[in-house]
Amino acid sequence: MGLIQLGRHDKDGSPDVITTTIEKAVNWARKGSLWPMTFGLACCAIEMIAAVSSRYDMDRFGAGVFRASPRQSDLMIVAGTVCRRMAPVIRKIYDQMPEPKYVIAMGSCATSGNIYDSYSVVQGVDRFVPVDIYVPGCPPTPEALFDGVLKLQERIMQKRVFVSQPDQVKAAVVKV
Amino acid sequence: MHPLVRRIQETFAAEIAHSTEWRDDVAVTVTRDKLHDVAQFLHDDPGMDFDYIIHVSSVDWPDEEERFEVVWEFYSIRKRQRIRLKTRVPESDCVVDSLTDIWKGADFMEREVYDMMGIRFRNHPDLRRILMPDDYTEGYPLRKDFPLRGKGWRDTFDFLDEVPR
Repeated sequence: MGLIQLGRHDKDGSPDVITTTIEKAVNWARKGSLWPMTFGLACCAIEMIAAVSSRYDMDRFGAGVFRASPRQSDLMIVAGTVCRRMAPVIRKIYDQMPEPKYVIAMGSCATSGNIYDSYSVVQGVDRFVPVDIYVPGCPPTPEALFDGVLKLQERIMQKRVFVSQPDQVKAAVVKV
Repeated sequence: MHPLVRRIQETFAAEIAHSTEWRDDVAVTVTRDKLHDVAQFLHDDPGMDFDYIIHVSSVDWPDEEERFEVVWEFYSIRKRQRIRLKTRVPESDCVVDSLTDIWKGADFMEREVYDMMGIRFRNHPDLRRILMPDDYTEGYPLRKDFPLRGKGWRDTFDFLDEVPR
């Protein structure tokens, strides 16, 4: 981004015009308005809830508007142990989210199944939905979740908007 | 001997296999065919008055002849007393009487025992799996001979299309 000074602002003399690419402007708008979807499955959800509270204030990063509907959200934070019986539900909800969409696997369980190497626990959500950011911890603190959100925002800024998407992103979209 | 156990033995002398008492924890083991009668007595008798069923669970003893043990915990809200009722079930004939006609609350807990251990409950109104999906075919996960990591179900995602990774 560059700045062009055409005139001076009335008050402090700061420049009025910014030059940038449309791609960067779009990415900037996207990263600053992440609408997460509540997907609390276990104790990690408590930390996710705390992250939105006034003490931590996730809204500072533009990601504080938690929605209960996948159709209104573009970030799924999978917070907790994923049981195999829940897997088709998570996939269905992921498929219902509008593009562009992102997934954060919050905590050890959503990342790898944690210690639950058992008959019913999926060994990581990335087995059936594409994950952008893994946040380690059992459970992660709100600060750790913020780190994940900030890393996701960095990644969003690097995305190409007006060219065709890489294959691995396409592959994540289920063919109907 | 605990007064509760004595009272039960007065009524059902032969059917009590044995009873244990440990730190005021009373457990009575009964034969399978008399289970329903003993439970009815525990519920109806004014001295017993066990109106609340706390839990139904089961234990797998893989090396013993009568492999499974079904355990009921009862509580009397008025008399504030507890008792534990047990019975043994062999693997070849894995059926025990349902107590849902005495305590409605036994319904889901008996379904859980059926789902996890494969013990069927006679006269249960709706004996289906409750935790695992209805079409689950790998068996009964809490049995000791069931592999810890299951038999592949947790890694099979049939709802996914054939997506290249």
